[in-house]
Amino acid sequence: MQSITVSAHPSVQYLLRIGDTCLILAQRLAEWCGHAPIVEEDIALTNMALDLVGQARAVLTRAGQLEGELGGTPHDEDQLAFLRDERDFRNCTLVELPRGDFAVTMLRNLAVAIFLELLWQRLEGSSDGELAAIAGKAVKEARYHREHAAGWVVRLGDGTEESATRLKAALELLWPYFAEIFEADAVDDEADAARLGPRWADLQGEWRAGFAAVLAPAGLSLPAERAFRSTGKSGRHSEHLGYVLAEMQNLQRSFPGGVW
Amino acid sequence: MSPAVTPGTIPGPPAEPIGKPAKKAEWPLFEVFVRSKAGLDHKHCGSLHAADPQMAIQLARDVYTRRQEGTSIWVIRSDQITASDPGDKSAYFDPMEDKVYRHPTFYELPKSLDHM
Repeated sequence: MQSITVSAHPSVQYLLRIGDTCLILAQRLAEWCGHAPIVEEDIALTNMALDLVGQARAVLTRAGQLEGELGGTPHDEDQLAFLRDERDFRNCTLVELPRGDFAVTMLRNLAVAIFLELLWQRLEGSSDGELAAIAGKAVKEARYHREHAAGWVVRLGDGTEESATRLKAALELLWPYFAEIFEADAVDDEADAARLGPRWADLQGEWRAGFAAVLAPAGLSLPAERAFRSTGKSGRHSEHLGYVLAEMQNLQRSFPGGVW
Repeated sequence: MSPAVTPGTIPGPPAEPIGKPAKKAEWPLFEVFVRSKAGLDHKHCGSLHAADPQMAIQLARDVYTRRQEGTSIWVIRSDQITASDPGDKSAYFDPMEDKVYRHPTFYELPKSLDHM
């Protein structure tokens, strides 16, 4: 099945960053289905994956409509999810990294949930009514995701020697990827100018404070800044995204328009 | 263009011991009570293992209220509940069998209270 070409308009790109970040993290969380340490946690992780899929669907739908409103070819959520190539995905690299162990999963969930909660709060005031409505619903889900992950991060950090070691390793592993979320660029500036949404760079201070507040009782603190910058938001991804997409897109690429 | 470099290695899930399950400290059991609507009472709906009460509430939220079943959750450690002894059942409950006069059905209610 032929891939689609997506509008390069900054508003569309801004929405794709949000939708793709939710969608790819959902794929990674779904990998825990049937593998979580306890059955209740298995259900919790799957519930959260489904929350994120729901958010991705809503935002990608809006992005595809916007393409049409801006004079381009409109796309639906399925086309955007299943018929874009890796380079056209705009998620932060952080969410495409392998699920890792439970500490990696929980620490990443915490970082993303704190960020998304801040983002959705701002988006409730978006000039785009549709996006504001999506944000109003999503902000409650993000808040729960944050609380859930925060509980686990503290439990792991303040738990056994093994769990604390794993959490520390997770922080060292993931820390270099958090910076990308807040890298300012033209898409961010345009979204702010159009009052579509906040510059993600402007959320960094609050994010750092929120993240540090959970790390402290877990016996950790924010590591030093690193020079490394991942570049997923502009479409240059790690080697991991291709595998995620291959699995996610295989069915629609093989049987276009297939439904059940 | 080559993909961005990934620093560090991603740790996988811990290797599961085959055949011989590792000895784990069991988390305490919690009983879960869910209130479905404001004004109604909390009803017992099941139990689950959790490390602490806060975790029990979160897990109960995901296990027992994922289809809009609840507006409030109570959890209590199962070992904190004192229950009547099933062996006392006959002494405790059977004597009530023939005491129909304890039911309020013999009172005639005024018409205005008919649906009480």
